[in-house]
Amino acid sequence: MSLSHADLRRLGRLAKLALDEHQLAALNTQLDNILHLVDEMQAVDTRDVAPMSHPLELTARLRADAPSEPDRRDAFQQVAPQAESGLYLVPKVIE
Amino acid sequence: MIDASVAELRQALDARKVSATELAHLFLNRIDAHDAAIHAFITVDREGALAAAAAADERLARGERAPLLGIPFAHKDIFCTEGVRTTCGSKMLENFISPYDAHVVTLLKEAGAVSLGKLNLDEFAMGSSTETSYFGATHNPWRAGYVPGGSSGGSAAAVAARLVPLATGTDTGGSVRQPAAFCGITGIKPTYGTVSRYGMIAYASSCDQGGAFGASAQDCAALLEAMSGFDERDSTSLNRPAPQLRAALDAAPQDAARPLAGLRLGVPVEFFRDGLHPDVVRALGDARRQYEALGAQCVEISLEHAARLAIPAYYVLASAEASSNLSRYDGVRYGHRAADYDDLDSMYCNSRSEGFGAEVRRRILIGAYVLSHGYYDAYYLQAQRLRRLIAQDFRAAFERCDLIFAPVSPTPAWKIGEKADDPVAMYLADIHTLAVNLAGLPGLSHPCGFSEEGLPIGAQLIGPHFSEVRLLEVAHRFQQNTDWHCRRPVLSAA
Repeated sequence: MSLSHADLRRLGRLAKLALDEHQLAALNTQLDNILHLVDEMQAVDTRDVAPMSHPLELTARLRADAPSEPDRRDAFQQVAPQAESGLYLVPKVIE
Repeated sequence: MIDASVAELRQALDARKVSATELAHLFLNRIDAHDAAIHAFITVDREGALAAAAAADERLARGERAPLLGIPFAHKDIFCTEGVRTTCGSKMLENFISPYDAHVVTLLKEAGAVSLGKLNLDEFAMGSSTETSYFGATHNPWRAGYVPGGSSGGSAAAVAARLVPLATGTDTGGSVRQPAAFCGITGIKPTYGTVSRYGMIAYASSCDQGGAFGASAQDCAALLEAMSGFDERDSTSLNRPAPQLRAALDAAPQDAARPLAGLRLGVPVEFFRDGLHPDVVRALGDARRQYEALGAQCVEISLEHAARLAIPAYYVLASAEASSNLSRYDGVRYGHRAADYDDLDSMYCNSRSEGFGAEVRRRILIGAYVLSHGYYDAYYLQAQRLRRLIAQDFRAAFERCDLIFAPVSPTPAWKIGEKADDPVAMYLADIHTLAVNLAGLPGLSHPCGFSEEGLPIGAQLIGPHFSEVRLLEVAHRFQQNTDWHCRRPVLSAA
């Protein structure tokens, strides 16, 4: 499996990463090498093996659908790059 | 005092021969003298440490006794600490001050342990050498210019150099065990779910697990016991009592000459077959003979899938989980925001490209690829199926043995820069540690010798789920009869 620059740009869009030409060139070889490494697993026949997502095969615990945390909006917004009047500020998205 | 065990520090504090404040000063001064050369710390919290030490002294003066009360330590900078910045080794979080404490941080505060600061790591714990940290590489205290291992390299280097007696770490693919081995100390990663992940910055959530570093198994037991326990804020936290580790180690063995009589140690043939550095072969051979002399019986086992498929399965699953977990860094709620952007989308893209380093970008892109339409089944689902085969390898092995004895890494520490531009070479170095995380098993690394160049070599013990007590006890018996864990690097004067 070999990735083209177009593939990489598409991945960059999916992952919200801006990639310049210099980075694309380096990534091309590095990601190809990584994919070559992981392609080793394609040779294994796993038709009868169920996927395993939790190492102890436990299911997520449920809790009552009730608030469990106090309101700490001000504390959380103190670490925001831009916040005002309790709102997070982002560039305009609606004309 | 610098070289004292946690038990010795405990005795000195309880007998009021030394105060927590004096201990904090002692280790802070040592950090001042030596950390410029080692660079184990990202942040030294002198003020917080002295306040915590004063509080510990008050509790001691009131007659309170607790295992870690007044004992200095430091956190891997992946655990959120309210009021002290938490960077995770990334420019993305260079100025991030968490509004809350991680569960582990809360537990250790309540235990009265005195945090001296935050320790260096590979960016977002992605790496095996601590070189990917935005704040620069940590040096191996045994030899400047060599890596301390990773991702918890700052933790391992700090304990090895005795800048702190204990340090927290996390282990997603070997990040406690491998740096412990490279730095000549002891490290343990418990069963998945033992240590709460609340406030522990996520990398690959189905593998991430907190762990402990100390000079010896006994020191690790004291720290891990204090870090463990159910936390309802982590949906994968195990709802079972925290393991009682220290008491088990303090008990005298029935047969002092052969304390490990009856123990079956599984030796995975695939892990010893080829690719091992000759010094690792020699040190592991010596350790195996030592275990046999203590009464253990070695049996050959096979971990065929684990040896052949753990690297591909891990790098698919961990990258997939990383790409999902790290989508939260959007430059909106916290973390780095780019100065230049045209619209919301370019603000996201520029903030993330500027905030993440090269290795983090690579893993996010690999993750996005293996989760994307048309590739999900071939990569992500296939890796999850292999994960089951790997877990089954271990289950079969534990029918023939009690614990597994294995290398931690194919080689001792390498030179800083040697593998920095070759991600695949770096990934291959994780071959002996990754499978343990995929199967959620506990694993321990303890020192067992040195290379010709004078760099430490570690041995790994792997147990079935919930066998932390047994792992620590077996390592403790080894350490009661050897002195590898007592060796200390000679630090150059500042």
